[in-house]
Amino acid sequence: MLRIIEIEARLFVRDRLNSLFSLLFPCLLLLVLGAVPALRTPAPEFGGLRFIDSYMSSLVVLTLVFIGLQRLPAVVATYREKGVLRRLATTPMHPARLLLGQLVVNFCAAILSVLLTILVGYVVFGVDLPHHPLGLACAVVLGGGGTFALGLVIAALAPNARAAGGWATVVFMLLMFFGGVYLPRFMLPSVIQTIGSYTPPGVEALQQAWLGSTPDWRHLAIMGLVSLVAGTVAARTFRWE
Amino acid sequence: MAIIEVRDLGKRYGPRVAVDSVSFSVAEGEIFGILGPNGAGKTTTVECVSGLRTPDRGSVSVLGQAPADVRSAIGVQLQSSELPERIRVGEALSLFSSFYPSPADWSSRLGLSSHLRAEFGQLSGGLKQRLSIALALIGSPQVAILDELTTGLDPQARRDTWSVIEEVRSAGVTILLVTHFMEEAARLCDRVAVFRDGRIVALDSPAGLVSRVDGSCRVRFVPSVALDVALLEALPEVSAVSAVGEQVVVSGSEELLHAVTSLLARKQIVARQLRVDQVSLDDAYVELTGGSDAADH
Repeated sequence: MLRIIEIEARLFVRDRLNSLFSLLFPCLLLLVLGAVPALRTPAPEFGGLRFIDSYMSSLVVLTLVFIGLQRLPAVVATYREKGVLRRLATTPMHPARLLLGQLVVNFCAAILSVLLTILVGYVVFGVDLPHHPLGLACAVVLGGGGTFALGLVIAALAPNARAAGGWATVVFMLLMFFGGVYLPRFMLPSVIQTIGSYTPPGVEALQQAWLGSTPDWRHLAIMGLVSLVAGTVAARTFRWE
Repeated sequence: MAIIEVRDLGKRYGPRVAVDSVSFSVAEGEIFGILGPNGAGKTTTVECVSGLRTPDRGSVSVLGQAPADVRSAIGVQLQSSELPERIRVGEALSLFSSFYPSPADWSSRLGLSSHLRAEFGQLSGGLKQRLSIALALIGSPQVAILDELTTGLDPQARRDTWSVIEEVRSAGVTILLVTHFMEEAARLCDRVAVFRDGRIVALDSPAGLVSRVDGSCRVRFVPSVALDVALLEALPEVSAVSAVGEQVVVSGSEELLHAVTSLLARKQIVARQLRVDQVSLDDAYVELTGGSDAADH
């Protein structure tokens, strides 16, 4: 199993464009936005905070949905389409291990990217470190779990890798919208803000853990439920070839 | 003792019957060939023997057990199954060798040593095929199932691969070989099953299959003067006569040549452009599979 994770990690790193994008893009976006003086000035819309402070949670959303929906389903669907899973099914190693390896590697990449964003925000712009680190960790793990599980449902149900890519992109766009990546959340109607609290990866819980105190347990529970349900659907409907 | 035992195997996909009723058994150390046109059920049969598919009907056992329970003893080379684009040859070999208790390295024997750092997506078709064979043999299997072993290889690489297979067999490995190449079947296989429409239409040694064909010998010539075909047909050694333009084609038993030349000598006819053919496994195959789809390889 370790061998599979090692090889999957190497393959992840070798795919330069995608791995750099998923690891560094949130940081780069933060640096670009932070370079605009107006976004570094405290404003009443953000409750006296700066735009970049309130945008940190949306950057985490960006990381999780990019890896969970743009990378994971594409790789898994390609593995199936190319017969990689079928080939593995003839060995004593169950092909599920390969998918597990994918999950582990992508999850590690997501965590790394989030840590990098926290670090850059803190060092360059003096953004507060998360007020409630454990809460943020829970929000990232459960929200990431929900997003990854959705990615796997798409990989399971899509007839081929192309379709998986297409479906995943639609979901990706929607979740980015609800997660306040395109437009900051304060500009969104309150109903959209509410929806955003409950769609993976759960921007509200991330925001509260970062800037407030503890995240709302209901939001976290919803993410856990999404992970569980979507994960079960993916496991039930997955075709190996 | 039979290493592979297939009894009354049946498998359908929706309304389409892929394998109707197939039975055969393969003895230890044997190379058993499966021949047949596309869609005859060859691949489905070996997939059932590999434990990739569950038969709808009948039974399959390998080493006395269900194939899925003895995966580590079965090495499989599949048609159209690939590896991740960017995995290197060396990584694939080390990954697959970690699945088995006593891995064997065939990579240098298969000419892969100088390509260990190459990525799978950049390999030529022939190298992909050789890697696929190396991965099938990596677990030191007792049974090797090879689907389209040498498809995509150039003639030299094909011969090299055949000698690898002979080495593998001499190590006591039982081999199930699906092939499109008669030359390959004739050279490697102890016995061959010819598939057609999901059934086995013939099962014999390559030489045995050839001898089943009527008119195993064929003589062609252009007679110097017109010849009455009825005279040839009257000979007991002759089974069929046909005329193609000036050329006469006579087929019949092994003693055909002597009978035909004696007749011509008596009639003082000279046979020009005389050619004698023995029936090959190719001819036997075409006859057994009814010629359908036999020209596609």
